[in-house]
Amino acid sequence: MENLKIDGTPKTPTIEFNLEEGKLLIRGRSIPENSIEFYKPLIDKLEEYLGTPQETTLVKIQLEYFNTSSSKCILDVFKKLEKIKSNGSETLIHWYYEEDDEDMLEAGEDYQAIINIPFKMIEMEEQ
Amino acid sequence: MTIKLLDFYNLMDQDDIILSYKGDVSSDLVSSVLQIIESKMDKLEEPSKIRKKVYNVLVETLQNLYHHIAENPGLSVKEEVSSVIFLIGKSEDYYIVSTGNFMENEKVNQLKERINKINDLDTLGLKEYYKKVLNNGIVSDKGGGGLGMIDIARKSGHKLEYNFNKIDDQHTFFSLLVKIGE
Repeated sequence: MENLKIDGTPKTPTIEFNLEEGKLLIRGRSIPENSIEFYKPLIDKLEEYLGTPQETTLVKIQLEYFNTSSSKCILDVFKKLEKIKSNGSETLIHWYYEEDDEDMLEAGEDYQAIINIPFKMIEMEEQ
Repeated sequence: MTIKLLDFYNLMDQDDIILSYKGDVSSDLVSSVLQIIESKMDKLEEPSKIRKKVYNVLVETLQNLYHHIAENPGLSVKEEVSSVIFLIGKSEDYYIVSTGNFMENEKVNQLKERINKINDLDTLGLKEYYKKVLNNGIVSDKGGGGLGMIDIARKSGHKLEYNFNKIDDQHTFFSLLVKIGE
């Protein structure tokens, strides 16, 4: 299975999905006009991975901004992770937020309330 | 053209308008406006909390305009109702993002009800409503799905102000004013 790497742009995040290591990173800004199109390669890759996932799957979400069009796609990513978890992979989401960014912390908590996967909230120093 | 540019300048100046625009909304325009306002807020050394809220509200309001035009072919074929307007301003107490667009009369009531419902909710109510809509499984073909206005209200911290001006038997002009700040 090939890894997935998408370089970030001012409107879309960097995505790095290493399937052998079971590690997924989403970092940057996610404010595309068409989020479904942007997230499709990742959703497809997760679909490919979920049949035979690694023992552990670690997901790091390090977003500075995301628009509401991205928020449903991010939920779709998390729903795939729930399947990965129920297929036996120990799955964990690290949700990063900048110091004092209560909105981003709250956004993580909103997902945490909906998704049945352990979240760890990690505060970062402001850049 | 009868407009006096100095009058226009003074009007913008006295209302603390940083940027105003009338015309079509493209993806590139959204990017440029975001960039301009970001560097303006950098220069003003706004606290990052305010910067992020303004940025978020701008993204949602401008993308609302973008999708509104794209998803209403009835509007985009008629040039006189396909243009939008927006203003971004800063008073002493808060930032203002205001947008205006034409819409079909038959959609007015639905939008009015949605905004009133949002305005009736407090912080906690908005959070619960957001989560409910986030998880309702309804997605438009571009990924939205009714979250935009709720998110704008959450980031704003103020009630949404709006106006509907009926233009003719088909069209209404909708204006929205969002305040962001303490």
